[in-house]
Amino acid sequence: MSPVDAREHLAAARADAAARGPLTIAGRQLRSRLILGTGGFPSLELLRDAIEACEAELVTVALRRIDPAARGSLVDVLDAAGVELLPNTAGCFTARDAVTTAKLAREAFETNWVKLEVIGDERTLLPDAPELLLAAEELVADGFVVLPYTTDDPVLARRLEDVGCAAVMPLGSPIGSGMGIANPYNLALIREQTDLPVILDAGIGTASDAALAMEHGCDGVLCASAISRAQDPVAMAKAIRAAVDAGRLALEAGRIPRRRYAEASSPMDGLADLAGA
Amino acid sequence: MIRVNGREREAAPGATVAQLVAELGVPAGGRGVAVALDGEVVPRGAWERTPVPDGAAVEIVTAVQGG
Repeated sequence: MSPVDAREHLAAARADAAARGPLTIAGRQLRSRLILGTGGFPSLELLRDAIEACEAELVTVALRRIDPAARGSLVDVLDAAGVELLPNTAGCFTARDAVTTAKLAREAFETNWVKLEVIGDERTLLPDAPELLLAAEELVADGFVVLPYTTDDPVLARRLEDVGCAAVMPLGSPIGSGMGIANPYNLALIREQTDLPVILDAGIGTASDAALAMEHGCDGVLCASAISRAQDPVAMAKAIRAAVDAGRLALEAGRIPRRRYAEASSPMDGLADLAGA
Repeated sequence: MIRVNGREREAAPGATVAQLVAELGVPAGGRGVAVALDGEVVPRGAWERTPVPDGAAVEIVTAVQGG
């Protein structure tokens, strides 16, 4: 990209961000651009404190067989924190299981929003693209607000948009890997091609990854392990919240283009001649 | 015999979904709990009147930390 192209690209990205405004999914405006995943917190108390620290409004939960011996109620803690639940379909490997899980979640939590996950590989937990698309189409037809966890493939993102998803949530890198954004080019392509909210989901390792996602034009970040498995989850919740805000501000501010060589920031005119006569 | 969350057990004749849920200590109203009977979701409002036939597989789920 030539410097002129780079400037145009940056200006366009900035204008697009301004035009999209606050994070709005399916007509609902969210106060926070950070969606918190609840997985991995060592205790419900730490989860509660992290929610307070990062001011998330939307938090994910998974569905599992009820354990009569479980101590403390996750739903009670989340209700007391005043957050909205975003159920996921984690653990599903087929469209059919994911659709049924979404329907169970709708019944359990009285929400038609779902973070749709259909996993295709146990080791990497990467999404299964064909099954994901099938499930998304079926759930949209059934009235769900579908937020699909997807790969960073721009074509798949477009297909998900075509079937009526309310956002696209590409991964930066595999769930829980903390490897950050493996393919910023693909993420930028996804951002450029859609007016849907783009939420980076998975791969965040630390605050700078979240800031970078926002600087690339993501409308939000979904983060679980980077916060919940940090040595101090509450402090990391604050850090990632600040990073999301910082990255968004930087995008709106309009960064300078990268250049190969220096561009002096002090004038060259009027330099004193200090060599003497 | 029926299967509840993967465990085989005897079921009283005429047992309903609501009875199975109550046996697990779920408070009345059952917020945060959902039931699938042989892979089909049973709406909360139908728990009382939905019998669990012999041989049925019932899944009773709730929210856990995740995602």
